[in-house]
Amino acid sequence: MSATETVETGAADGPTIQIENLNKWYGSFHVLRDINLDVAQGERIVICGPSGSGKSTLIRCINRLEEHQEGKIIVDGVRLTNDLKQIDAVRREVGMVFQSFNLFPHLTVLENCTLAPIWVRKTPKAEAEATAMEYLERVKIPEQAEKFPGQLSGGQQQRVAIARSLCMRPKIMLFDEPTSALDPEMIKEVLDVMVDLADTGMTMLVVTHEMGFASQVANRVIFMDAGQIVEQNTPDEFFNNPQSERTKLFLSQILSH
Amino acid sequence: MNQPFFRRHDEMLAERPPPAATVGVLGWMRANLFSGWANTALTLIALYILWLAIPSLVEWAFIDAQLSGTDRFACTGEGACWAWLDQRFGQFLYGFYPSEETWRINIAFVLLFPALAPWLVENMPGERWLRWFSIIYPFLAAWLLVGDWFGVLEGVTTNNLGGFTLNLTVGLAGIVLSLPAGILLALGRQSRLPLIRWFSIIFIESVRGVPLITLLFVSNIILPIFLPPDFALDAVIRVIVMVTAFASAYMAEVIRGGLQAIPKGQYEAAAAMGLGYWQSMRLIILPQALKISIPGIVNTFIGLFKDTTLVIVIGLFDILGIANAMVSNPDWLGLSSETYVFVALFFFSVCFSMSRYSLHLERKLDTDRR
Repeated sequence: MSATETVETGAADGPTIQIENLNKWYGSFHVLRDINLDVAQGERIVICGPSGSGKSTLIRCINRLEEHQEGKIIVDGVRLTNDLKQIDAVRREVGMVFQSFNLFPHLTVLENCTLAPIWVRKTPKAEAEATAMEYLERVKIPEQAEKFPGQLSGGQQQRVAIARSLCMRPKIMLFDEPTSALDPEMIKEVLDVMVDLADTGMTMLVVTHEMGFASQVANRVIFMDAGQIVEQNTPDEFFNNPQSERTKLFLSQILSH
Repeated sequence: MNQPFFRRHDEMLAERPPPAATVGVLGWMRANLFSGWANTALTLIALYILWLAIPSLVEWAFIDAQLSGTDRFACTGEGACWAWLDQRFGQFLYGFYPSEETWRINIAFVLLFPALAPWLVENMPGERWLRWFSIIYPFLAAWLLVGDWFGVLEGVTTNNLGGFTLNLTVGLAGIVLSLPAGILLALGRQSRLPLIRWFSIIFIESVRGVPLITLLFVSNIILPIFLPPDFALDAVIRVIVMVTAFASAYMAEVIRGGLQAIPKGQYEAAAAMGLGYWQSMRLIILPQALKISIPGIVNTFIGLFKDTTLVIVIGLFDILGIANAMVSNPDWLGLSSETYVFVALFFFSVCFSMSRYSLHLERKLDTDRR
């Protein structure tokens, strides 16, 4: 349907992220095996799979938090190599939200949000603060700006983390299990923010087990197992008509309760 | 039992203060001094010991004490003899510094406070200017203490530096230099570059592995052998270099402990936002690592400050050296208790201040749990 069309037209425009024959090992453990993946501008991809399947490792390769040994990754026209300048150029354009938030505990919420714009983008302080307040408004916690992360709930912290990434005005956002460390009543507030973000046309790669989010927001769902992409499809097809046995088993396990 | 129940708004219970025996002085005493028979027994034993010790100490130090006199024969021997204070106090403070020039030390000491203020006090008025002053202060102080630049002052040789002035000079210089040196060594030890890593490891392990006295001897006897003959490095500078090297090796390990306590996620978050190595160290990692390391850092500072007494092995007379000299002087023979108590008070007041300040700093920086 529309999602598959997006994939095709996106590929025609030249994908924002282009991954070719990606292989990675931890020691002798082959964690990513021959991954090929193109992501179009504005595409929203949910990656799921059992733990240890390499899904976090895959998105961490995209901003070079993990080094790959074989294959090609091109992000926003920049090829990732050992060249630190290239890596920094990619990281400026790619925001990342972590499972454990990773806010800076010694800085206030506002300082967390303005730090990278001021030091990396060289934005004047007043402007950075205005932008930060704008995004804190969008994640619905402007009143917490002067507090420290330790004073916030988990859901609030994760929303700050999202705002912090957005303050860099990234072209691509990576989410590494953003709701896995949250209490159930806080998951929704974070997902709501992510749905809002998706509506703005942001390119998003989300590792998550929130299948409701996947079917509501994703253009494409990717299922990984044992370091490989086993199946990818539109959410509709993926959930209602899974092709591989592994996918069926996985879905039956996570949707059974 | 479980009757349906509701409380009308006007029946809601008002707030009331906690029971009197759990708050205030009484509550504190109950919680801290008399919370159970073992604690009560310890409190009573401690009170008994204090009751025995304090009156006799006060009697010795003040009531029976002899305050004036020109030599030890003025002392009655019943209480402490402080008669030497009057005659020797200057030497304890200034060593053998020319007595008509001691105003220079006094000025340097007074200027120390505005130099330290912007680093120790938050939101100091005129902070920016004071920081500039802090940067020039070491040079200003050096000039005041020994300099004759432009012939304004008479030069004083560093051999004349002594007493508490010497302890403060070496101690402060060591403290100010060993912290940045320790930070660099700690980062160096974790560096990916083998050359830097190996240099740091070798430096830390070899300097930490020998006594400070050995280092001071080395600086005094062995170093001049390797240096060109007319290149005589000043004794006080040699001491400062060695004390700094010694303390920075300890400091590096203390800070490395702090660095290892920072979760990997902090490095990753900083990297993911595009911060470079030095930026993420300066803005993200070190502020947190140093905060965790405050107790260890201050511990090292205190150790360093007390180690300044070791300068005696290379012939400099710090406050302890002056005390030793006086105790063995025939005029004042046998007054070791008074002298060493006096010296101990000097060190204690400085070290205790550092300790209290570090507690204050820890509380101020504690953003996790407030």
